[in-house]
Amino acid sequence: MLRERGLPVRRPQLTFATMDHSTPTRTEQVFGGAPITIEAAARQVRELEVNCADFGVELLGLRHARRGIVHIIGPELGLTQPGKTVVCGDSHTSTHGALGALAFGIGTTEVGHVLATQCLLQRKPRTLAINVSGRLAAGVTAKDLILAIIGRIGVAGGTGHVIEYRGETIAALDMDERMTVCNMSIEAGARAGMIAPDETTYAYLAGRPRAPRGEAWEMALEEWRGLATDAGARFDRQTDIDASALEPMVTYGTNPGMVIPVSGTIPQRPGDAAFAKSLAYMGFEPGRPVAEQPVDVVFVGSCTNGRLSDLRAAAALLRGRKVAPGVQMLVVPGSQEVKREAEAEGLHRVFLEAGAQWRESGCSMCLGMNGDLVAKGQYAVSTSNRNFEGRQGVGARTLLASPLTAAASAVRGRLTDPRELM
Amino acid sequence: MDPIKTLRARTVVLPVSDVDTDQIIPARFLTTTTRSGLGAHLFADWRYGSDGEPKADFVLNRPEAKGCTILVAGNNFGCGSSREHAPWALADYGFRAVVSTQIADIFRNNSLKNGLLPVIVDPAAHGWLMEHPGAQITLELETSTLTLPTGQAVRFPLEPFARYCLMNGVDELGFLLGREQQIRAFEERRPAGPPA
Repeated sequence: MLRERGLPVRRPQLTFATMDHSTPTRTEQVFGGAPITIEAAARQVRELEVNCADFGVELLGLRHARRGIVHIIGPELGLTQPGKTVVCGDSHTSTHGALGALAFGIGTTEVGHVLATQCLLQRKPRTLAINVSGRLAAGVTAKDLILAIIGRIGVAGGTGHVIEYRGETIAALDMDERMTVCNMSIEAGARAGMIAPDETTYAYLAGRPRAPRGEAWEMALEEWRGLATDAGARFDRQTDIDASALEPMVTYGTNPGMVIPVSGTIPQRPGDAAFAKSLAYMGFEPGRPVAEQPVDVVFVGSCTNGRLSDLRAAAALLRGRKVAPGVQMLVVPGSQEVKREAEAEGLHRVFLEAGAQWRESGCSMCLGMNGDLVAKGQYAVSTSNRNFEGRQGVGARTLLASPLTAAASAVRGRLTDPRELM
Repeated sequence: MDPIKTLRARTVVLPVSDVDTDQIIPARFLTTTTRSGLGAHLFADWRYGSDGEPKADFVLNRPEAKGCTILVAGNNFGCGSSREHAPWALADYGFRAVVSTQIADIFRNNSLKNGLLPVIVDPAAHGWLMEHPGAQITLELETSTLTLPTGQAVRFPLEPFARYCLMNGVDELGFLLGREQQIRAFEERRPAGPPA
């Protein structure tokens, strides 16, 4: 679009690029001589390199030490900051809202508009407050919370809205957990989800490579402290969630709203053809307990659950245990920095000794376009964000869950409530 | 982009709710670096068997679907990923409009930029359309109305700016580039460097 019209990137210093969707995660393909096996993916990677060089855009390329999934590295580098508007050609851009930024996914044409003009034409969205109270029980994570929220309001419940997650439970979450929650706003139909910046946010950002320093930091803090929603502000809609009542959650169907506790049974909806089709795809029968379902693949990673605390949670469950025979487990850090931090703590040894695979960062098995695939008919317990038909590979059956549930299921070889192993 | 003022065409009905963009075009086709030819992969996993042959029972493969350029889908169409390949694939296949009770925000935005008209109608009109595949309907942009063959007309939401762009074949980038002065004035009030 820019080349066709002879336009430059208007603000290259406000533009950043990385590669994550189509990059391989096998070390020999990233750093060794082995080629990227998918030719079209290799071409896409080369084209991004050329475009960034031609237009003067900073690229964290395939072998860059700070490369990773865009929604992991934006916050990690301190690029994502409260009050900023952050856009990216990916729907999980909502993740960055955890830092009090207005962040949302856009399509390719709009990416072009931003590159050319640094502007986007927008309509004011409606507002949806999700008020969460009560403490999450041990073994119940931010992933279980957001899955429960999507189950409550539905996959189109947030359409046309920006969500603000509020309340004592949200304030008590750390930044990794907040990002997990905001990440899946789009699974509830909302383009953006936000959490008001607070001391947790500022402590997370302080000292990050692209965060302001010195006097600029003090000025930024002053500005950020004024961003939170006013007391008594009115929202177009509100929903209240009691977090203390939640259990580990898992999806059983082909959209993220089809979710139940791991201890639950598959619902019955006689006469609902779409529901029946979804269960047929999953190979599930109504009325059956979802736990005990044998699993073939376990994936820990993605922009939803590929951060250090996610890997720590999975490792804590796997330490001294083995992945069950016949189960393939992939652990894919969300960024090269997460990988280094995990290795410094020895987490990679826990995974490798348990029999899991330890990979380079990328989107990996969250979506079938980089070579990491779930085979037809196989069941995958996955910490990613979408259980759509064919999302992880043609005919693949995805059960979305937390890193704890994923690790517990890997050990038992069947869908398992992590509290049984804690 | 060609201007659209009126669209009169027959419908094909896809009786599935919550159609996500991974169904419209699976991720394995996204490594393409051009947007042409994506229509061949539209609904790939529903449309073709594992042998690559078209499935006779899929709605788009039925003889009566030929020449139908308005897609009527179940509730909530286009959820999921922001891939613009979804409207590209629908438009490349030949669709000019998609009708549902709800259309996901990002998909809707992407569609408007590619001359694919996203039409949100009330459950009653939607129910009628779902029950009458092949119906000849008219979409009038000037009045934002969908007219059924029964003569009944229902309005659909279309913000004035989007309507203007569609009816005049104006693309938003041209509009934005024409606001150079305002953009420059804004930038002068802001620090020039990377995020503070």
